[in-house]
Amino acid sequence: MSNNLDAYLILSGILFAIGTFGFLARRNAISMLMSIELMLNAVNLAIVAFAAFSRAVDAQAQGSVIALMVMAVAAAEATVGLAIVIAIYRNKKTPLVDEYDAMSQ
Amino acid sequence: MTIDAFIPLLVILPIGGFALTAFIGRRLGKGAHWIPVLVIFGAWVIAMGLAYQVLSGAAPLLSGSEDVHGYALHWFTWIPADQFVVDVGFLVDPLTACLLIVVTTIGLLVHIYSVGYMAHDPGYWRFFAYLNLFMFSMLLLVLADSWLVVFVAWELVGLSSYLLIGFWYRKRSAALAAKKAFIVNRVGDVGFALGIMAIWINTAAVDGIHTLNVRESIEKLLAQGDANPIPLFLTALLVFAGAMGKSAQFPLHVWLPDAMEGPTPVSALIHAATMVNAGVYLVARSNELFASSPSAMVIVAGIGIFTAILAASIAMTQTDIKRVLAYSTLSQLGYMFAALGVGAFTAAIFHLMTHGFFKGLLFLGSGSVIHAVHEEQDMRRMGGLAGKIPITYATMLVGSIAISGIPPLAGFFSKDEILGEAFKFGFYWVWGIGLFVAFLTAFYMFRLMGLTFWGVFRGPKEVWDRIHESPGVMTTPLILLAIPSVLLGLALGLPLGDSTLHHWLEPVFVHAEELLALPHEPYALAGIDGGLILASVTVAAIGVALAWRLFGAELGGIRLPARPEVVRDVSARPGLAFLYRASLNKWWFDELYHLLFIVIGGRIASALWWFDREVVDGTVNDVGRATIGAGRGLRRVQTGRVQNYALGIALGLIVMAGSYLILAGSPR
Repeated sequence: MSNNLDAYLILSGILFAIGTFGFLARRNAISMLMSIELMLNAVNLAIVAFAAFSRAVDAQAQGSVIALMVMAVAAAEATVGLAIVIAIYRNKKTPLVDEYDAMSQ
Repeated sequence: MTIDAFIPLLVILPIGGFALTAFIGRRLGKGAHWIPVLVIFGAWVIAMGLAYQVLSGAAPLLSGSEDVHGYALHWFTWIPADQFVVDVGFLVDPLTACLLIVVTTIGLLVHIYSVGYMAHDPGYWRFFAYLNLFMFSMLLLVLADSWLVVFVAWELVGLSSYLLIGFWYRKRSAALAAKKAFIVNRVGDVGFALGIMAIWINTAAVDGIHTLNVRESIEKLLAQGDANPIPLFLTALLVFAGAMGKSAQFPLHVWLPDAMEGPTPVSALIHAATMVNAGVYLVARSNELFASSPSAMVIVAGIGIFTAILAASIAMTQTDIKRVLAYSTLSQLGYMFAALGVGAFTAAIFHLMTHGFFKGLLFLGSGSVIHAVHEEQDMRRMGGLAGKIPITYATMLVGSIAISGIPPLAGFFSKDEILGEAFKFGFYWVWGIGLFVAFLTAFYMFRLMGLTFWGVFRGPKEVWDRIHESPGVMTTPLILLAIPSVLLGLALGLPLGDSTLHHWLEPVFVHAEELLALPHEPYALAGIDGGLILASVTVAAIGVALAWRLFGAELGGIRLPARPEVVRDVSARPGLAFLYRASLNKWWFDELYHLLFIVIGGRIASALWWFDREVVDGTVNDVGRATIGAGRGLRRVQTGRVQNYALGIALGLIVMAGSYLILAGSPR
């Protein structure tokens, strides 16, 4: 474990950028969901890093709690997201989001 | 219980009669006249009682006045909105009492006459409903003590006039005439409305308290003098503009002759005897306001006497019997305004009363004539009717003598008083023109008599054989109107120079007369006044004689033949030919107004319409079109693909984060 906060933040930034790119560029709905998870985890990493490097005891505890909270939300979001993707897949017979244009109607 | 408790009934009865007849009149069929006639009879009884109490001095003194007897009654508050308080109340002073006598008496007789005249009309009940509506409006107009209520009544009078002119609305000319009357009246009404606003603003100039009460507001305006923000001259002229519209004074006179399209009882009641007097009443009611501005008075006198001579000159050559009478009405109204303008308020009201009776009589008589010759109005197809319809003939002869100013009939007293006072107050030009108009009046009235009743019948033979006198229900009002046409002058105008009517009305007008500083010379029958009477009687006699010479006469044993060839000769003479054509074409006023307001006004209106359509509406439409275009373009962004939206969000985030970094990082 490095003693430099920057290293954690850079890693977090790289993960977030990869997630963003994946969300924007991948055509497969499942891959997009995975990208979202990646972004959430990147943010989580940043939060935990900030918490760990904080001198205030309160802030350290709070950072951990928020990180746990984000994990719970991410799990819920993944559940609902997958359910939606499966439902759309049954209708459209394709996992490719290019074909999903119901919102334009 | 004193009689003033009955004052509200004067307006409740006619409006109730109107409502009842309007709702159930159709079912009453030929009995539809009972309710309207009875309510007007009731109103007549109350009005007579009131007038007697007020004019005999039995009524109490009005508050704040030392010598005006009358009743002031607060009925209810109509609009209580902070300072803007409109009270519905009644004021019965000697001036109102005089108007009440004229309005209810002639109104009642016209109602009775209409029972015969309109007997075969399918709109029988509708006619009586409208007549009652008119009576309500007119009574409210003369009774109301608040400017705003007067204005409401003023408009109601205009409305009922419109409804009655256009009574035969299927006839295009009647519908057009009704519209013309309504629109021309609006022009004046705008002035009146502005005048009321000016009064309202002025009343609060000093103590900050507005009032719309007629008496109070005028007292305040006078007391404030130069402190009024809106000059009294302008205020008076604005009020006069309203009077010009209703009383059909030049240049708003064009509607009245066309109003003759309505049924003849309407012409008699509204367009001769009562409604057109509303303007005269209004100026007389605000006499002090006018008296405080001598230049406004001169304008009133000028417009009055100009209308008098203009209308009289037109009446000379008209061939429609009702149109002659209509122009005669204009001319007599001009007399009244001339009288008001020179400061002879009592004389104006005197002429209003006598004119109301004899002109009502003449119109009803002309209706009887038209009835007899089967709805023919052109005098060129009449003649020799005297023997066939003797009662109509006799009563109309009385009316003609009265209006011509032959003593001792009513018109002589009132007209002579106007001319005499104009002379004595130094308005020699008014007197001179008025004297000439008196000559014209006598001439055109006896031309009318000559063409209608004397000589030989010029219409188709089958009509001649079926001419018959009108039924009793029509001739009785004629006879009843002939009585005041003979006696009213004697009753009110004697003794000369100190007449009964002067005693009645003096308290109302005395303040205005003091303001004007009118000369009060003793009446001299052997001197100047006798000379003036002699002058006016002489010109009237010359007018009658000339008419007899040209259009014939049959009186007792005297028989003068008509000389159409002389008329043709005279009217073809150079110089006179122009006047003849001008008179025949009503001085081309209709054509002038057509050019000014329909052709030129229409062009201006279409130019403005173009501006409105292209510039004002165009701007609005272009804004709308731009929005639609922008929307159409931006719709492409909405692809419905979630990744495109996400890209937008990401770009937005980058721009925001980037700009934050740049701005926060830059040195302050």
